[in-house]
Amino acid sequence: MSAETLFSIRNLTVEYQTRAGAVKAADDVNFDIRRGEILGLVGESGCGKSTLGKALMRLHRIPARIAGGELWFDGRDLMTLSENEMRAVRGAEIGMVFQDPMTSLNPVQRIIDHLTETVHAHEPKTSDEEARARANVLAEKLGIRAERLKDYPHQMSGGMRQRVMISLALALRAKLVIADEPTTSLDVIVEAKFLDLLRELRQEFGLTILIITHNIGVVAEVADRVAVMYAARLVEIGGVKEIFADPKHPYTQGLLHSVPNIQLDGAELYKMEGIPPNLLYPPSGCRFHPRCPFAMEICGVEEPTFEAVGNDHFAECWLYHQASQVEVEK
Amino acid sequence: MTETRLQKPSSTEAGAVKELVKLESVRKYFPIQSGFLAVLLSKGHVPAVKAVDDISFSIKKGEVFGLAGESGSGKSTVGRLVLRLLEPTSGHVYFDDIDIASLPAEEMRRLRSRMQFVFQDPLASLNPRMTIGQAIQHPVSIHMRELSQTEQKSRVTDILEAVGMNPPQAFYDLFPHQISGGQRQRIVLARAIVTNPELIVADEPIAMADVSVRALLLDLMMKLKEEFNLTYLFITHDLATAKYVCDRIAIMYLGKMCEIGPLNEVYRHPAHPYTRALLEAVPVPDPLYRRTEQMPAGEIPSAINPPSGCHFHPRCPVAIKQCQEIDPEFVDLGNGHKAACLLLK
Repeated sequence: MSAETLFSIRNLTVEYQTRAGAVKAADDVNFDIRRGEILGLVGESGCGKSTLGKALMRLHRIPARIAGGELWFDGRDLMTLSENEMRAVRGAEIGMVFQDPMTSLNPVQRIIDHLTETVHAHEPKTSDEEARARANVLAEKLGIRAERLKDYPHQMSGGMRQRVMISLALALRAKLVIADEPTTSLDVIVEAKFLDLLRELRQEFGLTILIITHNIGVVAEVADRVAVMYAARLVEIGGVKEIFADPKHPYTQGLLHSVPNIQLDGAELYKMEGIPPNLLYPPSGCRFHPRCPFAMEICGVEEPTFEAVGNDHFAECWLYHQASQVEVEK
Repeated sequence: MTETRLQKPSSTEAGAVKELVKLESVRKYFPIQSGFLAVLLSKGHVPAVKAVDDISFSIKKGEVFGLAGESGSGKSTVGRLVLRLLEPTSGHVYFDDIDIASLPAEEMRRLRSRMQFVFQDPLASLNPRMTIGQAIQHPVSIHMRELSQTEQKSRVTDILEAVGMNPPQAFYDLFPHQISGGQRQRIVLARAIVTNPELIVADEPIAMADVSVRALLLDLMMKLKEEFNLTYLFITHDLATAKYVCDRIAIMYLGKMCEIGPLNEVYRHPAHPYTRALLEAVPVPDPLYRRTEQMPAGEIPSAINPPSGCHFHPRCPVAIKQCQEIDPEFVDLGNGHKAACLLLK
């Protein structure tokens, strides 16, 4: 494990037990989250990205279960921790921001109490004054006015609530924040400001952020690297500039070209055929092959493996297996 | 890859084109329920949410008219007023020169066959116990009674084919839960156009669809428009999507319209500070692009007590003192492009 890696996910498989059988929502997923980076995890609804995000903190609940894999966070495998030890990690070391802050905040508790309670839960020795002082400093940094700390969640706007969620993660100096669709319930202007805030926080606190979203524009705006998920598989990962300039996996290509860009004039939208597969019966071989314009015979037969397709850029696609083999032959 | 251009209709030249929908100073206030004592003390003054406050615009036949704004701007309420799913508090709504607010219920019902609504959530729009065939045939059996059963059924299969559900027989007897979200929205579109309407009010029609199927749905909507001579009122919060389909666009903020004009004019030369901010805030799928415009402070305020003067002034980065007092009037910027901002005078 290199020094810069904060979280190393190895062969993670998460299953849902259903009456029809086990459905893999994350299938043998491997990736690293590097210290201080913003990693964007993109995919469509149902691809398993939220399940994956929860599983990283072992927050998944029945009928989901981690069927295998290792979660190396900051030097230890979270899979080996007891539930009590895990509870100390959650919040304190890994914070989470969900799509709907209203369901994450206690409706009958003032914002200030959320913050001080969080501090006390993890650091019982902290005095009331100190916890409160810390909350005030944080609030100011996040653009929440001090008097608003006395408000209840319903008195705040959506953008403010999302700031409160972030402040809860920062109150304990979490090393990693997993943000699952944090801007999806926000209006565009508020979203733009929230994304600016995320970038500032990364600078100021050296925070590492995993942002899970279906919004390609959001990823382009904040992420340093992008991981693309399709039908429970991680299909491509690499630097944001490289992936947007030269996406390798046909799914990534289609996805990026099907998103409207307000800055382009007269551009064409790519219309991807078909629909994402039902994960109860995933297609054989590469899961994207029924929709793929470049599908070859092998794609329907055998699952491709992750291959380097550029500088720090990997994709799971048979097209590049051949390319690498050709290069070897030369 | 089957890359085809999203067709943009060319019938936007003003002049002879007929206005299909016209709104004149339309207001919709929703009174706030309050206790007996509060009503007594307020001396008859009932507080209200001013969801739509003095809106006027018209939609020409054959165009795609976009209505954009953040949540709470009143854009969906306007859509409902156009179809008279809501009664306006004051003002007039004309459809094909008929003042629909004054129409008796029976005539309104007949007129409704010429206008249809497509909502955001296709699953909520479809009866879970009706098969796809039944759902699409239902409006036919109401509005096209002259057709025989067989004719009705063949109309349904024709429409299913038109929305790309091939072969139609395979889908006819399925229930909504048995098909995908994108297919469901196709069914909702099919049901909307089956009675040959002239106007479709589409309220965030692709917002619920998967990212990879959105482009196909937009493309389908544009194809149907050509094939069935439709006019669209396209309600959206997504200005990037609007860019691909709309001919003209109106921007709403807190119940008021702040800018209206041909899409290219508004996007290239946004005149209202709110429009500028909204356009600038849209996330761009290009990591090399960085925003430059300063974002307005705060969030959209409550429509119960909207700010005085220009509703946008408390958040406006370029507001001047008069903005607090004067409700700005529309300034004509040529080519049908108008904006309501004091700084434009």
